[in-house]
Amino acid sequence: MELVVDNKVLEFVADFKKPETISEVRKQAIDALSGMDFPTTRVEEWKYTRVAKYVKRKYKQVQTSANVEDYTIADLNAHQLVFVNGYYDESLSNIKEDDAVSIHKIEDLDEEYYSDIVDGTSENVFSLINKAYQTGGVFVQIKKNKKANFPIHLIHVLEGEEVIANARHFILAESGSKAEVVVTYHSKNSENSFTNIVLEGHIESNANLVVNKFQTEAKNVLHISNELFIQDESSNFLINTITTGGLLTRNGLDIIVEGENCHTEMNGAYLGTERQHIDNHTIIDQLYSNCTSSEAYKGVMDGKSVGVFNGKVIVRQDAQKIAAYQSNKNILLSKDASVNSKPELEIYADDVRCSHGSTIGELDPEAIYYLRTRGISAASAKQLLVAGFIGDILDKVENEALRANLDKLFLEDFGWRF
Amino acid sequence: MLTIKNLHASVEEGQEILKGLNLVVKAGEVHAIMGPNGSGKSTLASVLAGKEGYEITEGSIDFDGTDLLELDAEDRAKEGLFLAFQYPVEIPGVSNVNFLRTAMNEIREYRKEDRLSAKDFLAKVKVASDLVELDSKLASRAVNVGFSGGEKKRNEIFQMAMLEPKLAILDETDSGLDIDALRIVSQGVNKLRSKDNAIILITHYQRLLEYIQPDFVHVLNDGKIIKTGTKELALELEEKGYDWINEEIAQ
Repeated sequence: MELVVDNKVLEFVADFKKPETISEVRKQAIDALSGMDFPTTRVEEWKYTRVAKYVKRKYKQVQTSANVEDYTIADLNAHQLVFVNGYYDESLSNIKEDDAVSIHKIEDLDEEYYSDIVDGTSENVFSLINKAYQTGGVFVQIKKNKKANFPIHLIHVLEGEEVIANARHFILAESGSKAEVVVTYHSKNSENSFTNIVLEGHIESNANLVVNKFQTEAKNVLHISNELFIQDESSNFLINTITTGGLLTRNGLDIIVEGENCHTEMNGAYLGTERQHIDNHTIIDQLYSNCTSSEAYKGVMDGKSVGVFNGKVIVRQDAQKIAAYQSNKNILLSKDASVNSKPELEIYADDVRCSHGSTIGELDPEAIYYLRTRGISAASAKQLLVAGFIGDILDKVENEALRANLDKLFLEDFGWRF
Repeated sequence: MLTIKNLHASVEEGQEILKGLNLVVKAGEVHAIMGPNGSGKSTLASVLAGKEGYEITEGSIDFDGTDLLELDAEDRAKEGLFLAFQYPVEIPGVSNVNFLRTAMNEIREYRKEDRLSAKDFLAKVKVASDLVELDSKLASRAVNVGFSGGEKKRNEIFQMAMLEPKLAILDETDSGLDIDALRIVSQGVNKLRSKDNAIILITHYQRLLEYIQPDFVHVLNDGKIIKTGTKELALELEEKGYDWINEEIAQ
């Protein structure tokens, strides 16, 4: 007799399709899911982010097309890879001639290599759902000692109501390589849809990788991302996470530094309005000596929006001479907006320099008055101050085409001119 | 240009600061307002500029035919009023030129004038910063952030030169200035004087008036102007303090 167990996770995935041949990664994820539950706010990591009502819903896997012209970035001149509802759409994609970059389907990623590289890293129910039921994605390889000739733009589109997009990607920046990856998320008619993304990467020794992530989905979708990057010695990694979209967004970013002389930089800007909930959880795990990391996240929350920041820095016992800086600054534009900010330092080594700071405040009324006495309206004055507050984070996006795109986005979305 | 009649103003907590102030300023004139601490000098500047937190219980302010009290702070600026702050505010992340460009465009839009071209704007920045010997690097830096006390005050006059107000109120612009900075700031203000504009200098000290010669000197005490004279009055105040005026009035 078959035993029927009441398992919300298995119920959630019950209608999801699986391919005929099941890979090892998929199998392990499926197996792991049977013992999992969705997190509640009793779980420390999810204390301020309640997903219950979202995971009670049923989502569909729908392969469809999208009008990709709406989402391309002018003058970016990039390898363009398009994912609609989590399905890789090669017909909409455009891969350029580039001797430094080779793009494969995620299935082509060597499983033994992958298992080895992620060994010991943690998974959660959403990353496991993704890995068990992923519908496509790319394995991007930046070749040894080469510099990518074009940025690599991963365009994600949620198209239609109540769909789930489970795309999964892996970026391998081989030794001495250099590349910029742009990851954007968009949506159309996407009421109650769900982006559940896994983006992972390996930055080998002396490699240099920049990731710019813009999340601009409509304010009616759930977005959960699990990002994991492993850095080898003397590598550089910069990731800028800009979030203005989603009804509930959870950006989970884990960076594991597995070599000496690495530099890691994480920057984030999040702007919430209405009833948006934007959660940034980051972990940087320093295992070796002589590494530096710098983390700066800034939030501007309006309406009844809620921001969450949790930044964990772990410095292991053998990791001496680490310099790790972290700051999270927030401005509340309305009385109903709120932010929960939690820096966490776990330091086991004795010769380290770590600092963290967290602030939550309002726009300075004296500054608004000062600007108004110069003939600037109250609304423009606030905009100037917000732009001044968050501008240094946006300036981390050095690519001019991307920056212009960001400026356009802020003007259209918020009426803010930078 | 400016006619203040029987102005009574209180802070929101209820305490009356201005208690029936009268003042008439005509185009081309420079008026100095002096007075002891707590006499209401800075309140007058704030009430004129449109700072929130004051209640006008009586009286009127007419500015070239416009009821100033009906206007928000930004519209007062658009009508041609300017306040040089006693304590200029630091605004991280907002560059001087960027905010001035925004200000000038909004002012021009209000006055139904064309936007200033980038070239003309930069030419103006050059002239205005030269006027107060403000390093051009400071003009493009964040507003007042990391500026010395003197640089902040010069930045106020730089902004005045950019905005070309009809009426400028300089609230203790001389405070905290060393002798060189005082000379530079004063020279800048003097060059901006014309028959079409007017200046109100609020100050504690006669020193400033050696550099910027006023047409009238008023003594403000306990929320009222109790004596008006020429620049000789300032010298007398410097010598004898304020008490003799009260005694004179009492007699």
